[in-house]
Amino acid sequence: MSEAYFPVGPGLGLEENFLSLDDILMSQEKLPGRAESTLPRLAFALGQGAGTGDSIPEGSNLEIPLWLAKGLHDSKRRIISVELPKIYKEAWRTVFSADANVVDLHKMGPYYYGFGSQLLNFVNPENPEIAQTILQTFISRFRRIMDSSQNAYNEDTSALVARLDELERALFRAGQKGLNDFQCWEKGQASQITASSLVQNYGKRKFTDMDG
Amino acid sequence: RQALEEMRALYERNQADVSEAKSGRTELIFLIRFRHCCLLRNQRCILAYLYDRLLRIRALRWEYGSVLPNTIQFHMSAEEVEWFNRYKKSLATYMRSVGGEEGLDLTQDIKPPKSLYIEVRCLRDYGEFEIDDGTTVLLKKNSQHFLPRWKCEQLIRQGVLEHILS
Repeated sequence: MSEAYFPVGPGLGLEENFLSLDDILMSQEKLPGRAESTLPRLAFALGQGAGTGDSIPEGSNLEIPLWLAKGLHDSKRRIISVELPKIYKEAWRTVFSADANVVDLHKMGPYYYGFGSQLLNFVNPENPEIAQTILQTFISRFRRIMDSSQNAYNEDTSALVARLDELERALFRAGQKGLNDFQCWEKGQASQITASSLVQNYGKRKFTDMDG
Repeated sequence: RQALEEMRALYERNQADVSEAKSGRTELIFLIRFRHCCLLRNQRCILAYLYDRLLRIRALRWEYGSVLPNTIQFHMSAEEVEWFNRYKKSLATYMRSVGGEEGLDLTQDIKPPKSLYIEVRCLRDYGEFEIDDGTTVLLKKNSQHFLPRWKCEQLIRQGVLEHILS
């Protein structure tokens, strides 16, 4: 987008930004959980059960999106109890501590860091370790991201970007933008007034409007 | 706009359901919580969408200038048009109060200028264009002109002219 459009960015740490589109997409990711008590008439909404009158029996396993888990988790945990998705569990944690650069974070759920931060909201004895793991992963991957974003100019970067999750991709794009701007300035194009990308996009879309 | 109306209809229906359930039995408390969560979620999505639209409209003012082309205005709702006009007015008042007597046009010179006059080439047919000292220039496709900077800046940003570096 052009320089005048500043979208609301994702939140940092335990809180999400209410109006951030990135955060909304991130909280759509599913978590495994278990129903603590019988939930009447919810079966149709959560995808199990035939009609609208069924109830979910106690102890059955459910996959619920994060926003629902956060909402139903409060007050003494009578409704839902939440388990960690497998990527935050012990086995994967050792993989991350061994070598974090190898993991394809995009395939594992494209919001590893954001989702992990939100998981810390739920009471869980493993929280400090999860936090440590997330931090360590980020530190070890960061150097490679920074390197590749600053040195890949005018190349096809899809191979590099494919294994990064959303936060890392944002960092990568910021690095690339800085690189491009600097190159522009070196070439003397900084003083050239250009049509904004908004205008160019609207130009293309206008034709489809008039045809359709 | 249609999506908005749809969402509003869904929201109202949900709300009706909730109030009906609440007035009934209290053992359905889980269901009520669940519905409440869904409502909050819908509300959040709607708000984020509307807010994002506002941010883009604001960006349009800085890119396009005071007048929006008709195709864009067609896609905005009445409230958005009003918001845009009010933003335009606040921006104009602010610009007037900032520099000197006539004020400072902040939307000019976004990149630091190197000279007063610039060379431009026309990308589209635009018609006649009048400069300060009264001469008119006919802008046809691919014609080149040497024009004062502040006049052309608007047109370059809109994509009608193209700035050429020597």
